[in-house]
Amino acid sequence: MSGRKSKSNSLIQAEYLSQVQRILRERFCHQSPHGNLFGVQVQYKHLIELLKRTAIHGESNSVLIIGPRGSGKTMLINHALKELMEVEEVNENVLQVHLNGLLQINDKTALKEITRQLNLENVVGDKVFGSFAENLSFLLEALKKGDRTSSCPVIFILDEFDLFAHHKNQTLLYNLFDISQSAQTPVAVIGLTCRLDILELLEKRVKSRFSHRQIHLMNSFGFPQYLKIFKEQLSLPAVFPDKIFAEKWNENVQMLALNRVTPSYPFVTAAHLMEANQLCSMDSKANIVHGLSVLEICLIIAMKHLNDIYEEEPFNFQMVYNEFQKFVQRKAHSVYNFEKPVVMKAFEHLQQLELIRPMERTSVNAQREYQLMKLLLDNTQIMNALQKYPNCPTDVRQWATSSLSWL
Amino acid sequence: MAHYPTRLKTRQIYSWVGRPLLDRKLHCQTYKEMSVKKEGCSTEIRIQVGQFVLIEGDDDENPYVAKLLELFEDDSATYSKKRARVQWFMRFCEVPVNKQNLLGRKPAAQEIFWYDYPACNSNINAETIIGHVQVVALAPGEVIPMDLKNEKTFFVKLSWNEKKFEPLSPELIAQLDKLQEGSPRCQKPLEAKTKSTESPSWTTEHAVKRIESRHSTSKSRQTPSHPVTPRARKRLELSSFPRTPNTRISQQTSRASLDSPGRTKRKVAFSEITSPSKRSQPDGAQTLSPALQAPEKTGEIQHSCAKDDKKASPDCHMILRTRVPALKTTEISEERTLTPTRGGRKSSVVPLVVLKPENIRKREAKEPEFRDEATSTPHRIRRKSSLLTLNRIRQQLRFLGNSKSDEEGEEFLPAAEISDSGSEEDEASPPPLPRRTHSSVSRNLRSSMKSSLQTPSKTPKKTPEPRTPRHATPRIRSRNLAAQEPTNTLEEARLRLHVSAVPQSLPCREQEFQDIYNFVESKLLDHTGGCMYISGVPGTGKTATVHEVIRCLQQAAQANDVPPFQYIEVNGMKLTEPHQVYVQILQKLTDQRATANHAAELLAKRFRTRGSSQDTTVLLVDELDLLWTQKQDVMYNLFDWPTHKEARLVVLTIANTMDLPERIMMNRVSSRLGLTRMSFQPYTHSQLQQILVSRLEHLKAFEDDAIQLVARKVAALSGDARRCLDICRRATEICEFSHQKPGSPGLVTTAHLLEAVDEMFSSSYITAIKNSSVLEQSFLRAILAEFRRSGLEEATFQQVYSQHVALCRMEGLPYPTMSEAMAVCSHLGSCRLLLVEPSRNDLLLRVRLNVSQDDVLYALKEE
Repeated sequence: MSGRKSKSNSLIQAEYLSQVQRILRERFCHQSPHGNLFGVQVQYKHLIELLKRTAIHGESNSVLIIGPRGSGKTMLINHALKELMEVEEVNENVLQVHLNGLLQINDKTALKEITRQLNLENVVGDKVFGSFAENLSFLLEALKKGDRTSSCPVIFILDEFDLFAHHKNQTLLYNLFDISQSAQTPVAVIGLTCRLDILELLEKRVKSRFSHRQIHLMNSFGFPQYLKIFKEQLSLPAVFPDKIFAEKWNENVQMLALNRVTPSYPFVTAAHLMEANQLCSMDSKANIVHGLSVLEICLIIAMKHLNDIYEEEPFNFQMVYNEFQKFVQRKAHSVYNFEKPVVMKAFEHLQQLELIRPMERTSVNAQREYQLMKLLLDNTQIMNALQKYPNCPTDVRQWATSSLSWL
Repeated sequence: MAHYPTRLKTRQIYSWVGRPLLDRKLHCQTYKEMSVKKEGCSTEIRIQVGQFVLIEGDDDENPYVAKLLELFEDDSATYSKKRARVQWFMRFCEVPVNKQNLLGRKPAAQEIFWYDYPACNSNINAETIIGHVQVVALAPGEVIPMDLKNEKTFFVKLSWNEKKFEPLSPELIAQLDKLQEGSPRCQKPLEAKTKSTESPSWTTEHAVKRIESRHSTSKSRQTPSHPVTPRARKRLELSSFPRTPNTRISQQTSRASLDSPGRTKRKVAFSEITSPSKRSQPDGAQTLSPALQAPEKTGEIQHSCAKDDKKASPDCHMILRTRVPALKTTEISEERTLTPTRGGRKSSVVPLVVLKPENIRKREAKEPEFRDEATSTPHRIRRKSSLLTLNRIRQQLRFLGNSKSDEEGEEFLPAAEISDSGSEEDEASPPPLPRRTHSSVSRNLRSSMKSSLQTPSKTPKKTPEPRTPRHATPRIRSRNLAAQEPTNTLEEARLRLHVSAVPQSLPCREQEFQDIYNFVESKLLDHTGGCMYISGVPGTGKTATVHEVIRCLQQAAQANDVPPFQYIEVNGMKLTEPHQVYVQILQKLTDQRATANHAAELLAKRFRTRGSSQDTTVLLVDELDLLWTQKQDVMYNLFDWPTHKEARLVVLTIANTMDLPERIMMNRVSSRLGLTRMSFQPYTHSQLQQILVSRLEHLKAFEDDAIQLVARKVAALSGDARRCLDICRRATEICEFSHQKPGSPGLVTTAHLLEAVDEMFSSSYITAIKNSSVLEQSFLRAILAEFRRSGLEEATFQQVYSQHVALCRMEGLPYPTMSEAMAVCSHLGSCRLLLVEPSRNDLLLRVRLNVSQDDVLYALKEE
């Protein structure tokens, strides 16, 4: 099954590969609630119990799920909701409202969205009519009508919760939390956020109404756990069409995890992973520097020297130009002496690439030569870039290492 | 609670025991003991002076409790010579509603109060004594035992003097305890009697009793009025009911006839008439039967009948529903409904004639509905005397005509809605009788379905009607499956600890309650307006207290203690914009919709023009600070309207800050707000403890230490009652998790509570740092190093990066590229471990720690 045996074989292999890609992409990129949860069992139990109490007992609750980005907050809530909805008696009885702080940028749109998702009676088709004030009073009235035992619990999921805290007066949050603390329609308000200081964002009366339940998600995995996750995530499911391929793949994954590299072609190798990792961790600025002209490199070196001499003080074009001139005069044979407008053009190009940045806003009447600038490259970055720069003149390289090299 | 039969079928013979002692001063003979014998029954109850006795009242379930002080024969009294002097005890339900709050906690089920009110008549007819009862005096520190083995045991802990509750003096306790010793001899032959009253045997007696009632009343007619009823002490509550003299007479006649010897089975017939009123008005509405009532009272009684009916007689209810389609009959019934009123009016003119049951019977011959009215009641008697329902009924009745009970009444009485043409007419007629339709229907039915009514159903079960919403529009879908009720102690505790669970009374806010109550009440009584500013940090019970005040005032208004008023509530946070407050007020006041500007005009017109004789409006403005505008016109208007005499507007405003008027209000606004201010202090730990204890009454879910711990913790932090309750709720969950075995989850201990407190209050920064990746941790180290190097609390990213690289070199680690470090930095920034500028500044962005350096060091060192 190496894929080199025959043409038909390789065709089938290609098909399998695309299938593998599809599966893995789905797993990594779509937040599907089918995967397994890792290391959040305690938090999951807390959350599911809370949701069940709202759904079954009609108890109002509010909770915040806090964790850094990529720690599985959304996955956690999706899993919990999926499990909740599988309970038969709950399925029919629970309303869900999903809001996202990035989409509902103010309370007005948020209210419309809530009304639409709850499918209240002022919804016509897919639109909500009425002014902001009308919508608010209508929604509050609707929620007030309910009571613990008879009305349908509503689960509010507020993604990017911290953004809701920036809404004017925090009206929406106040009202949601107020409902959760009064004998009205049972609600569960679940906020997802990555900010650890979220409680400080809440106004004191809003904060008082929040129940202070927090579920923290931390990526506190050790190496063995990461290994396990890695294996599980990369392994193909049992339903994969070609059993042999899947077996081989999975075996390979196991070995990969054990860091025993096998160079069989169609399978992921450690080298591939290393390469991908390198691509991820590549310094983006160094890449830009590689594409610069010699003149621009020279200017950057001049700036670096200026930085060294004046201790991070800002510079202007004239200073850079003078520095460059000094270098050119000493080593005239290696670098062509460009005219000032040409150097200016190169300087502006650097600014466009955001390798240098003006200190103040550019005003129209200020002379561009004397505008103060700062370099956005570190010394080490410059040196590293120069190492890899193709066809760099030796003089320039020498000049870069020391501003006094020409003496 | 036991059912104390007060009107027994068998006759009781009261006789003195022992030799009389002649009292020189009073010229009467006193006795030490009295025996009560029942006819046809060999048991005999002996009642001695100094014992605690039950005395017949107008409420079967709650006869009055008193201590017998003296037994004597009074020759001057014409109607009953056997007299007794007693010291009264009050039940909690006998305390006037508006004063019940003064207790500041929920009364125990069997708790009574020493009635320390000298003006109360303590001279009673000895023949109203029913039997013994045990009363145990408790010192202030003692707790009322929860498990009541003996239902006939009462506990007295406090005394009540119509003004306040006070602990019993030690001498009194000693005295009561001593008495207690001497009276354990109490048999309970009464129980058997109860059953006999409940037995459905009365159909056979039907014919007999009518005759008997006739000739018994001829006796009762002779009996003069005598102020012997224990009711005298209920002065306060009674004053709320406009009383005509004849009702008093009627009442007393009824009592007299009840007490007079020579009654046997007649009593049943009599109770038929008296019972509804007696039962339904435990507060001492003094009525003989609905039909005999003065007009303004009839409504109430009908009301209560209806209420009684719906709770107590499902059979009637059932029939009602079967009859509903027959619209024609309801119309007939409608005609009839008006007759009792007329009868009632007549009765006020010629009281003596009407008051006799004899006359009723005569009238019945002419007006069958009278009889129906009277006879439709007995099946109400046979009801399950479950304490819960009873209490509920009683509570509702106490606030007769209360809007809430109205609503519920409708809920249970679909018939009333169907014959609504009739009820509308009723409302138009001077004595508003909203409930009458029901009783009339039942009357109607009775004639046709007599037999079914007469056989009492043994399994009375309420069948709640599906509520049809009046305004279908704003409504969340209702659930298909009813919410589950709590099954174990912890769940029950959780339910009670939820902030939304409204407690019966608000402990620890008695003073504030009284102040606000007095303020609003005085404004209502004076027909003036005014403003009050209430401040306090969140979670100190401001809004809850005001709500409580309003509730009490609404009850008082129902009882005609205060003039009726309209209550409106707006919340600054529930408005999108300050001017919307006008729209909300107008809508709640008149149900009109208008734009903000127009609403402001309309309201100004309403509050400023003279002549409209409207009720006082009480306006509660919550979160006042949100109504601030540049011109402050909203606040100005809110405080300006009450200053107009004709507005009759009372504005209660609530906000968090104490100095809000000084800080944000213009002079002309704060001047109009006036100086009536009140600030709610944060709860102290003992108050929080009291709140928790009162919520968890009769529920052993928490260790005492645990409650104290959480109270102290929260009091030290904020004094926010919500926090306190939330922590406790969380602790019950933790407790439940930790006891994985189903069954008895056990008590919530201090450990559970500490865990909950930690979970809610501990800063998560340190754990976050501990759990962050190696790269993030070394970045944080670099920041610390850079801070130490520069001596500043701020550094640019570039500086930190170079430090980072240096550190990595030192430790021999591969150092990250600039991009990676930038990613780490922004990641930490998004968690707010770091405070960073927008990343557009790139290398030059400034980085600060959001945690103290020591914390970071601590978290990093742990590794």
